[in-house]
Amino acid sequence: MDAERITEKLNILADAAKYDVSCASSGSKRKNENKGLGNASNGICHTYTEDGRCVSLLKILLTNHCIFDCAYCVSRKSNDIRRAAFTVQEVVDLTINFYRRNYIEGLFLSSGIFKDADFTMERLVRVAKKLRTEHKFNGYIHLKSIPGASDELMREAGLYADRLSVNLEMPTEEGLKLLAPDKDRQEMIKPMGFLKSEIIQRTEENKLFKKAPMFAPAGQSTQVIVGATAETDQQVLYTAASFYKGYNLKRVYYSGYVPVLADKRLPGLNTAVPMVRENRLYQADWLMRFYGFKVNEIVNHQQPLLDLDIDPKLSWALRNMQVFPLDVNKADLHLILRVPGIGLQSAQKMVSARKFGKLNWEHLKKMGVAVNRARYFIVCNSNDFERRDLTGSRIKQFILAESQSKYLKNSSTQLNLF
Amino acid sequence: MITTLIYDGTFEGLLTAAFEVYERRLVYVSLKKGELRNEALFTEVISIITDDGKAQRVLRGLKMKLSPIGVQRLYAAHLAEIDGEDNTLLGYIRYVFDAGQNIEEDYGNKYVMRVSEIVRMVRREKHRMEAFIRFRKLRDETFYAGIEPDFNVLPLLIEHFKSRYADQKWIIYDLRRRYGVYYDLHDTQYISLEHADVKAANVISAYTSDENLYQDMWKNYFKSVNIPARKNSKLHLMHVPKRYWRHLTEKI
Repeated sequence: MDAERITEKLNILADAAKYDVSCASSGSKRKNENKGLGNASNGICHTYTEDGRCVSLLKILLTNHCIFDCAYCVSRKSNDIRRAAFTVQEVVDLTINFYRRNYIEGLFLSSGIFKDADFTMERLVRVAKKLRTEHKFNGYIHLKSIPGASDELMREAGLYADRLSVNLEMPTEEGLKLLAPDKDRQEMIKPMGFLKSEIIQRTEENKLFKKAPMFAPAGQSTQVIVGATAETDQQVLYTAASFYKGYNLKRVYYSGYVPVLADKRLPGLNTAVPMVRENRLYQADWLMRFYGFKVNEIVNHQQPLLDLDIDPKLSWALRNMQVFPLDVNKADLHLILRVPGIGLQSAQKMVSARKFGKLNWEHLKKMGVAVNRARYFIVCNSNDFERRDLTGSRIKQFILAESQSKYLKNSSTQLNLF
Repeated sequence: MITTLIYDGTFEGLLTAAFEVYERRLVYVSLKKGELRNEALFTEVISIITDDGKAQRVLRGLKMKLSPIGVQRLYAAHLAEIDGEDNTLLGYIRYVFDAGQNIEEDYGNKYVMRVSEIVRMVRREKHRMEAFIRFRKLRDETFYAGIEPDFNVLPLLIEHFKSRYADQKWIIYDLRRRYGVYYDLHDTQYISLEHADVKAANVISAYTSDENLYQDMWKNYFKSVNIPARKNSKLHLMHVPKRYWRHLTEKI
């Protein structure tokens, strides 16, 4: 093996893949029962980049040669950059050797489009197949499905991969048309529909036959780029909600647009990455997936944009003060989950612990509740609570005044308050 | 009067101490790790001699009053080896036995709450070790990793690495506590090494020829995936505290 060349390829093809934000390596259930290498289930982040994002998979492109010319993508045809391509064997060796040293949980393999969809997809599938069959590798494999690839290849991909994804890229069809004229939204969505029905069918089979082969056990995900085009958060989150529902997606990732190219259709090169907005979108996404919020409770026509200076749960609470205060010693779990400052774990702890006795502020604090926020919305076994009839906007002021959120210094809206 | 119990710091020792509390009908007790010294002039001091039989009886009792997970959590809390928390562990055990029902979710109780906090700290470090352990391949095909965790989490790591790396021999060595675990493709055993301070610099010759290449590629990869426009050192340090860096290939 030519050490210099392989290192160079890795640098080029890791660099090109880094804007893909999907990082999860959990949600599968691959056990190491064959005395082989690895297992995939719990999802471990092995390190964190200097920008604070987690690294759990070897995330690379098979190649950054591409026949497409999407404006937001560094690998686009018209961009003058160094190009490289891995062989199937090189990707397999890298994965195995990184995995054995406990650097990674597995492989995330994406690719530019070499020649056509099938030609590219076939190579991605071959990497996964080789890892599973020749190396008895049970680690996590996430393959990017290439839009337009044949059903037969997609089916094979599902047999070897833990997760498959098709990137929607832009939250709306119009956005995609503007920036990626070569791509067709319907063509991109088609494999999702195929995979969804395939996953459902295989799950049925698994109930009948214990040893039926697994099919993409960690499901499908997608990603949308935020801030490259003019969509509102309402459009972004409605798109996400409809894909969660319509295609059983496990995750939607939101990628704040990093300006990498000068193009008059795109924000200028000196535009800041919309990191706060991206963070708020993830918080909103969690509210939909784990806290029982409907998308129209988070964003709607009156409220098409997420608040940048406070999180979406607090924002919802301030708009719905009639729901509060809740008595945490009596309220149902699903209502407690709606209190700002109370997370999943602390809510569950509260519901368990109150069977033994009434809870007071000290207990809540110990359970990890952010009392500085929660105290405006709850009562507990104590006379000491917020009695004042505060309006939502007053509460917001108090909370912001105490808050040390790292985002506040970047936010200009807080200045209007004082 | 307070009775001070001195024990050897082992889990069996802790359970033996609990046994003695009930056997001697002690009410006010203070538990400490270490050796008997005569500084405690104004209290009665008893040296606990760890006794497997007594420990087993207490363990059986705990298993009857706690869920299997509850027993594991107590064991994990003990592995934290935090100075001054011995009384918390003993207090917890006494609360388990004195209460009429299973108390492991009574987070309003100070012992239950504190044990839960300690368990969270230990689990977090266990999880970090599962992430941050970096193996290097020795010439005899064994994969070696040195660690220096704050808490004694090595016993909690064995199952994870055994099921993950079933087809390679490996050693994980706690350099601070001077013991390790060796997996020989069939089973694991505890070991102690004479020259455990195997560092990249002094024993290059111990590693396989491609070891350096993969370390370099991993370092390169780590640099390539960073997005400078998003730099956030505070977040980075929060996730990867500096004390772990000296064993992290990508940070050396």
